[in-house]
Amino acid sequence: MSNSQEILLKAQELHHSFAEGVRKNRVLKGVSLQVEAGETTSVVGPSGCGKSTLLYLLGLLDRPESGNILLQGSDVTQSSDKIKTQLRNQSIGFIFQFHFLIKELTVIENVSLPLRKSGLNAEDSKEKSMLVLQQLGLESKATRSANKLSGGEQQRVAIARAMVNSPSLILADEPTGNLDSENSQKVFDLLQELAERDNLGVLIVTHNTDLALKTDNLIRMQDGLIVKDS
Amino acid sequence: MKFLNLELAWKYVLGRKRAMTMSLFGIVLGIAFFVITQAQTSGFEAFFIRTILGTNGAIRISDRFQDMHGTVRMSSQDGRTKFLFNSREGTRYTEGISNPKLLRSALKQFSEISGISEILEGSAVIAGTSRSQNVEIHGIIPSEHVMVSDIENQIIEGELKTFELEPMSILLGKRIAQRLMLQTGERITLKGGTGNIRLRIAGIFETGVSQIDKNRAYIHLSTAKSFLGKRFSGSIFQLSMFEPEKAPEISAQIQETTSHRVVSWQEREQVWLDVFKALRISSAITVSSILLLSGLGIFNVFAIMVIEKTRDIAILRSIGFKPSDVSSVFLWQGGIVLFIGIILGTLVGIFSTYVISSIPLRIRGIFSTDSFVVNWDPSHYLWAVLIAVIFVSIASWIPARRAAKIEPAKIIRETL
Repeated sequence: MSNSQEILLKAQELHHSFAEGVRKNRVLKGVSLQVEAGETTSVVGPSGCGKSTLLYLLGLLDRPESGNILLQGSDVTQSSDKIKTQLRNQSIGFIFQFHFLIKELTVIENVSLPLRKSGLNAEDSKEKSMLVLQQLGLESKATRSANKLSGGEQQRVAIARAMVNSPSLILADEPTGNLDSENSQKVFDLLQELAERDNLGVLIVTHNTDLALKTDNLIRMQDGLIVKDS
Repeated sequence: MKFLNLELAWKYVLGRKRAMTMSLFGIVLGIAFFVITQAQTSGFEAFFIRTILGTNGAIRISDRFQDMHGTVRMSSQDGRTKFLFNSREGTRYTEGISNPKLLRSALKQFSEISGISEILEGSAVIAGTSRSQNVEIHGIIPSEHVMVSDIENQIIEGELKTFELEPMSILLGKRIAQRLMLQTGERITLKGGTGNIRLRIAGIFETGVSQIDKNRAYIHLSTAKSFLGKRFSGSIFQLSMFEPEKAPEISAQIQETTSHRVVSWQEREQVWLDVFKALRISSAITVSSILLLSGLGIFNVFAIMVIEKTRDIAILRSIGFKPSDVSSVFLWQGGIVLFIGIILGTLVGIFSTYVISSIPLRIRGIFSTDSFVVNWDPSHYLWAVLIAVIFVSIASWIPARRAAKIEPAKIIRETL
């Protein structure tokens, strides 16, 4: 990894486990990594190695048992739920494998949600969301119901929603896992373009090693540990 | 942002039209039925009260009593009474008011009393052309009695004015007139008391209370006094009040201060009032069960929805929605269904009450009506709304609370 660039996210010695009945399943056993602005980083590894858990910890959706998470230099590991919620709205964009669009809303309403939540009024939110949709070539679908789109389009809408609030970090959990190879490539290219153009840090958890190899940094995980960081 | 949760809730409601419509239907029916049943039961009750106030007044003052041994007092050292017990055992009663003039001036001190009518009651036999019948005669001063009763409107044949102007005239209850086949203008003989008198029928009245309509006849007080041989005693007072519901307190005060037996309309008609009250409460409980069921329906819809929408909840949380935002989205959904339910339920209630009020229904006995009697009381609507709000709030709050507790990371992990 380059040391000359701004470090957006830093994880230090993260440990985490889940209770399985009386037994404790240790999922992360001391993971450290960093994500820099303008770069894409991929995390690969077999199922159950803890990569998704790592992503949710880094996205402040869960709290690690031990270790620290620093977002833009500030330790947010023990921050209150209120601050974490605010950070998720303004500094982090999430992309999930199953896009998770709200089917009762139109495309533009889905994309506008983070903006509306951050306090922008409906009109300005839609205007800004339309610009993002234009960048992704989805402006013609803006008023369509979210569940009337193809899988690839829905995932691009999810990316639009993740980037609409201009976050500094995008966390993507298997963003191409549900797409064919053509759409996978498109989504991946888009994420790389975003990282470069908007100086975002993009962390992608994926099974797709071909795509992972194209990211700036590649992290391999196994049994809750990073086995290779390049 | 201000109404974002409400907007989301609205979208979710629109997205589940069928389930929400069923829940809405339950609320509308519950509110409408509540209003209709209350309007009917309280309508008949109010009509009954109007009838009894219009015939026998709010308060009746009858016999004077003298406490012989009935009062027990215990006083403190400073002389202030701490305990007072009045027993009517051993009380000596004197028939009627002892000094009407004095009592009338005493009653003028009660600002709540709007009218006083002196009545002398007695019994007699009316002899018609072919038949005769026992009747209760009430000697009244017409101008006074108008103030404490609805007699003016109860006259169905003849005129009160004619009765007022002619001391030797009589007003007959409708059933008496029917039974004896008598008509206005005819002369009858009143037998009993000190002898027989001839009176002209000035009018026929109908109160709707069959017991009164088949037994009562009004004559002038002066005529009654001479006919019954009670020139100086034996009469009673019938009072009207500006606020008849205060009758029990005022009655107690009058009884305490004038030493006369005083009975309020509530005490007099307690049996019927209790029947109406029981009917009103039982119908309210029965109809509330509709609202309870619709509340359970909403609970069911929302509980399923929380399960179905866990991914939505997870995504909302991941883009910055707080747990309280998530629960408010569900509470708003309940609020929307409730709001529409209240509006529609109230409108259906108003319309149905109006329609029911014109349904023909002949009742004679405790009052007289030819159609359903309804009472337009805003409190019925408020109660219906309050019950609906309670049930729907609970039904929405429980799933909303569960939705707020959903851990987004767990949901996303389980989805993959």
